[in-house]
Amino acid sequence: MSVKQPIAADEFQYVSTLVRERSAIVLEVGKEYLVESRLTALARTLEYDSLSSLIRELRTKKCPQLVNHVIEAMTTNETLFFRDRHPFEALQEDIIPDLIKKRADSKKLTFWCAASSSGQEPYSVCIMLREHFPQLLNWDIQFICSDISELMLKRTREGIYSQLEINRGMPARLMVKYFLKEGATWQAKPELREMITTRQLNLAGQWATIPPCDIVFIRNVLIYFDTTVKREILGKIRRILKPGGTMLLGGSETTIHIDDEYERVRAAGSWVYRVAS
Amino acid sequence: MNALIIDDSKAMRTILRGILVNLGFNVLEAADGREAIEQMELSTDIALALVDWNMPVMNGFEFISEVRSSNVYDGTKLMMVTTEAEMDSVIAALEAGADEYLMKPFTTEAVLEKLEILGISSVE
Ligand SMILES: C[S@@+](CC[C@H](N)C(=O)[O-])C[C@H]1O[C@@H](n2cnc3c(N)ncnc32)[C@H](O)[C@@H]1O
Repeated sequence: MSVKQPIAADEFQYVSTLVRERSAIVLEVGKEYLVESRLTALARTLEYDSLSSLIRELRTKKCPQLVNHVIEAMTTNETLFFRDRHPFEALQEDIIPDLIKKRADSKKLTFWCAASSSGQEPYSVCIMLREHFPQLLNWDIQFICSDISELMLKRTREGIYSQLEINRGMPARLMVKYFLKEGATWQAKPELREMITTRQLNLAGQWATIPPCDIVFIRNVLIYFDTTVKREILGKIRRILKPGGTMLLGGSETTIHIDDEYERVRAAGSWVYRVAS
Repeated sequence: MNALIIDDSKAMRTILRGILVNLGFNVLEAADGREAIEQMELSTDIALALVDWNMPVMNGFEFISEVRSSNVYDGTKLMMVTTEAEMDSVIAALEAGADEYLMKPFTTEAVLEKLEILGISSVE
């Protein structure tokens, strides 16, 4: 199969309902092109003879593996190191120094990166911590990275990046310090990989295994959900944030008019969110 | 503000020029390190130089070493833009005084993101 077939209206309806049920990702009418191009590529990889036959099998057999493939294909995993820069400055100048004071007795910190994609975001945080807060090396730091996509979690654990990926946002000085070159790829050194743990988690599902957190990174993922789901997620994060904890959103995301119990605070040129006391 | 693109490939210079012009730079070009040194001597206010490694006459590594041998050009950010992608090359360039390093092939986004690391987003 080589030519891209247009998706029929009922096929689109079926796929968008399925994706919404399983991941909360909203695919509105108008996003047919996205479903078409992502699932055509998937059909090719899985050796279906057309997009329609993939969707037919999905509808008739509902095989969980195929459903997973479809959900994975419909997630957008775009990410880069030190994305937007300012949030990392906020962490370095404000949030981490503040937590170091507040948690001086327990010497324990818990971070959660709630849509970690291929790992560029958590590794950027780990590098920033190692560069600027060596005193944290003997603290008990738990850094949970989660995503709905098992494939992305595997990539996060491996920490292997293509040249195009490592080119994006990673300062050369830090690249040579924290990565090893393996053939044509760059792998995060064990000292970084050991700082994180991964678990599969659907933000729109149960979060049984997430402990109370000092920092929650939930960046560039709420944009895919509707307001009801956003509100639910923000409410749950409020309840797992420890007193004095902070949530970081993506540049185009906010709590305003969705969950007004958050306090929006300016930190080093970026907005961060705390639970109003 | 002036930027200098140093690459022996005219096609590459054209691609990079497009990106820098969009950011508001006045762009100068050189086809090798020697020409680039001459350009630097003529116009002192070059804020940024994008430097290929492999070029005839004087290569990019030699160019960077020479530019950084005095403090005259401390105000000029130097970014290697090269197909050299080995760890040792990156380390050598940084030690010689490169401020950043971008491996070819690259996307426009990657150039912009690297420039942001250097504190350059757009120029007035
Ligand atoms: C655009 S990436 C954001 C990556 C990173 N946080 C950043 O800001 O660069 C969005 C990620 O959200 C994940 N995602 C989408 N829906 C999800 C859901 N319901 N639960 C958990 N993760 C989800 C995708 O798999 C993808 O890796």
